[in-house]
Amino acid sequence: MSGWRGLVVPLGVLAAAEVAALAAGLQSDSLARPSEIAAAAGVALVDGTILRATVQTLAAAGAGLAIGTSLGLALGILLGLFRTAGRLAEFSIEAFRPIPSVALIPIVLLIFGFGYRMEIAIVAFATFWPILILTQTAIAGIEPRLLEVSRALGFGLGRRVAKIVLPAALPRLFVAFRLAVGIALIVAVTVEITGNTLGLGYALMDAQQSLRPALMFALLLWVGLVGWGLNALLLWAQARLFGPAAMVEARP
Amino acid sequence: MDSLALPTCEPLIRFCGVALTLGGRRILDPIALDIGRGEFVCVVGPSGCGKTTLLRLIAGLYLPTEGQVLYGGKPVAGPRQDIAIVFQDYGKALLPWRTASGNVSLALEALGTPRAQRPARIAALLAKVGLAQHADKFPGQLSGGMQQRLQIARCLAQEPSVLLMDEPFGALDAMTRQALQDEVLGLAASSGATVFFVTHDLEEAIYLGDRVVALKPNPGRVADMFEVRLPRPRDQLATREHPEFLRLRRTLFDFIKEAEA
Repeated sequence: MSGWRGLVVPLGVLAAAEVAALAAGLQSDSLARPSEIAAAAGVALVDGTILRATVQTLAAAGAGLAIGTSLGLALGILLGLFRTAGRLAEFSIEAFRPIPSVALIPIVLLIFGFGYRMEIAIVAFATFWPILILTQTAIAGIEPRLLEVSRALGFGLGRRVAKIVLPAALPRLFVAFRLAVGIALIVAVTVEITGNTLGLGYALMDAQQSLRPALMFALLLWVGLVGWGLNALLLWAQARLFGPAAMVEARP
Repeated sequence: MDSLALPTCEPLIRFCGVALTLGGRRILDPIALDIGRGEFVCVVGPSGCGKTTLLRLIAGLYLPTEGQVLYGGKPVAGPRQDIAIVFQDYGKALLPWRTASGNVSLALEALGTPRAQRPARIAALLAKVGLAQHADKFPGQLSGGMQQRLQIARCLAQEPSVLLMDEPFGALDAMTRQALQDEVLGLAASSGATVFFVTHDLEEAIYLGDRVVALKPNPGRVADMFEVRLPRPRDQLATREHPEFLRLRRTLFDFIKEAEA
């Protein structure tokens, strides 16, 4: 088996860090021994603080993602299908898109105050643009002959989108969605770190400010694990949905 | 011979002084052309002569800038479900994410055929084009000839009065092409559909058609028409050796050479 060989280096580094910290008699506000980190993670997992924070972060990121994705998708489909509208909107999109989403935190804070709504609004803004632009490109890249077939068959706009446009663009839309999921998690945690009293980002800041480096590192590893898990889930779904052996089945 | 003879029955499709200008460029000069109900009309001509444009005007995918295309006496205003189009690039015209059944189903969904009736209709249509064994395969798993048969089955699902075929066999090998020519003749005869068949293969045009319309380019216009007085059913060997076939073949080849000179 080659699987375990990949673990040799990280485990070795962890063991070395443990030994070195013990030998040096580490007493630090910013570092912690691997065993302390593991212990802090165990405690936080058992008492539910990590899980509660995770649910909060995922709920805010998920809600913002849902709003940003559906708006971006709807507008992207329209702008992709109607080229004139696409050209008209191009300037406005390029004017608003470069605004860093976290730069909106002060103004959104004024509008919504702390809490879910503010975080959801910023995640929605951050995911809206990539979904919009990638949807528009995906729609514009659909084989024109397919659109002609749907015109010749007399499909109206709704059925054209449902039966031809969305299925044809789906593989590319899914890639856009994967990108947006990553952005949603990053932005949600960032908003929490900058002050929102929710979720994993806030838990991280709380551990830092109460001088508990072991818990801080445990949370950091956990955030990485959550991101890795989400991505693995999406990759699995993508392979299942669009893999060569399993194309999207349409019921006749 | 009377090369400009009108079809005997009342025309189903009539081009009344139809001209087309796209983006300031004259594509078609005014065209007058009648196509009778049940007629098999083949259109030939050098590239850029507007063969496909004529087809798209009947389909309602283009609207004329002058004149009118009349279908059953009424102007064509857009695509209609009783006019079906078979495109040359079958690979692009089929939905790659749907099985053969699913692709035929698309036309039935467009027509609003009740869900319960679809499977039987699909099976019958696939059997008609010899794809009964391949109902669950995706287009990517079918050969070129089979993909084109599948597109034809989808068009037949519309139960069209008019079948528009845009160089449908241009990308197929010779054996497959001949097999499909005979299948299309059989389907046209059994359904009574009017067929408008664009091709660059002169022999194919003579072999299939009741009439061959020859176009000239720059801008596109009707140069000549040839009645094909060959007995039906046509036969790949006997028809192609018929003196009338050879005479028409010579006439058309001379015409094309002259048009391209």
